[in-house]
Amino acid sequence: MSAAAAGTGPAGARRACRIVIASGKGGTGKTTVAVNLARACGGPVQVLDCDVEAPNAHLFLRGTPQGSTPCMVMVPEIDAAVCDGCGECARLCAYNAIAVAGTRTLIFPELCHSCGGCVQVCPRQAIREIPHRIGDVETQQAGLITLTLGRLDIGVAMAPPLIRAVQARAQGGRPVIIDAPPGTSCPAVTAVRAAEYAVLVTEPTPFGLHDVRLAVAMTRTLGVPCGVVVNRAGSGDERVQLFCQAEAIPLLLEIPDDRRIAEAYARGALIFDALPEYRAAFVMLWDRVQSIHHKPHE
Amino acid sequence: MMTIAVTTTGTTLDAPLDARFGRASRFLMYDLEHATFTLLDNAQRLEAAQGAGIQSAEAVARAGAGAVVTGHCGPKALRVLAAAGIRVYTSDAPTVAAALAQYRAGTLSALTAADVEGHW
Repeated sequence: MSAAAAGTGPAGARRACRIVIASGKGGTGKTTVAVNLARACGGPVQVLDCDVEAPNAHLFLRGTPQGSTPCMVMVPEIDAAVCDGCGECARLCAYNAIAVAGTRTLIFPELCHSCGGCVQVCPRQAIREIPHRIGDVETQQAGLITLTLGRLDIGVAMAPPLIRAVQARAQGGRPVIIDAPPGTSCPAVTAVRAAEYAVLVTEPTPFGLHDVRLAVAMTRTLGVPCGVVVNRAGSGDERVQLFCQAEAIPLLLEIPDDRRIAEAYARGALIFDALPEYRAAFVMLWDRVQSIHHKPHE
Repeated sequence: MMTIAVTTTGTTLDAPLDARFGRASRFLMYDLEHATFTLLDNAQRLEAAQGAGIQSAEAVARAGAGAVVTGHCGPKALRVLAAAGIRVYTSDAPTVAAALAQYRAGTLSALTAADVEGHW
């Protein structure tokens, strides 16, 4: 983890970086850190809420809506007049999105990963691709903060294409803070791999330790350097801090277990505004993630 | 000749009826005319991350079943079975033999809509 060592990289100067706020465990405070970090940076900044199954950054930033665009993915459509039910497409599909029943070919768009392989393999050119809606991408402006969020439609399980659509709204010249979905599966990987640095938010509990281990393993696999924020510090034990020490992972910030923070959260208020004594902590966190050596732009 | 596919966790007529269709352990393919059966293993579908019901339905259709008797059936499997002209009957009988007896007696009603969500 030498890449994560603070202050050793050439990227010490302030610049437009791309930070992801992630966690193994859900409900640790990713959004709290993301929105307060955005508020603390002091200049124009973009927040991408990539937790598209349950976006919530807008509840705290309360921006003015700037419009919304549907997110579509391409899925196959069968021309029943041409299809002879040979089943080549169904055999190719790794996600069981195509079935052949007798001579009828059925499509399950909700399982399709839009690879387009079925179109290529069909010997009768009976398949074309049509757009299939999975959600919306919305933009809101809250002061200097531009928030872009994805909202996956109810019943849709395919988050990564929508997360990529949200990330595609990142504009150059401004720092980008990505609020990632929890966990370490495809949606979290999609959000994290686009970033240059990952802030992993966890709690000082056995669950928090277990899941931050998984999150660290994910960021290492993806080659994204990481640091840890312990939320509700003092409510559990010191095992997360000891883990970070042993693994040479920077402990970026400890947010104390303060009832007033929970109260501000419940009102939809930013800690930065409701509890000014914490401002310095978030400004320091912002300075720290800015000065840490990042993964180079791809 | 009519073959009934009955979901089971065992290998004989006395074996328990498997309540799941898509992730059933295997299908006992019962030949109504000759009162004989063969077994169709479903282990491959048990491992599937998604689309197990779809694959099971395709397998049962390929094996020539005219009807399915199982505990529950989800929406995707039912769509494939319906397209293949296979009727689906649900039963809470304890064994395959008891489920087949219900089928023969005509006391089972065919599913017209899925009785469970996917991944139940």
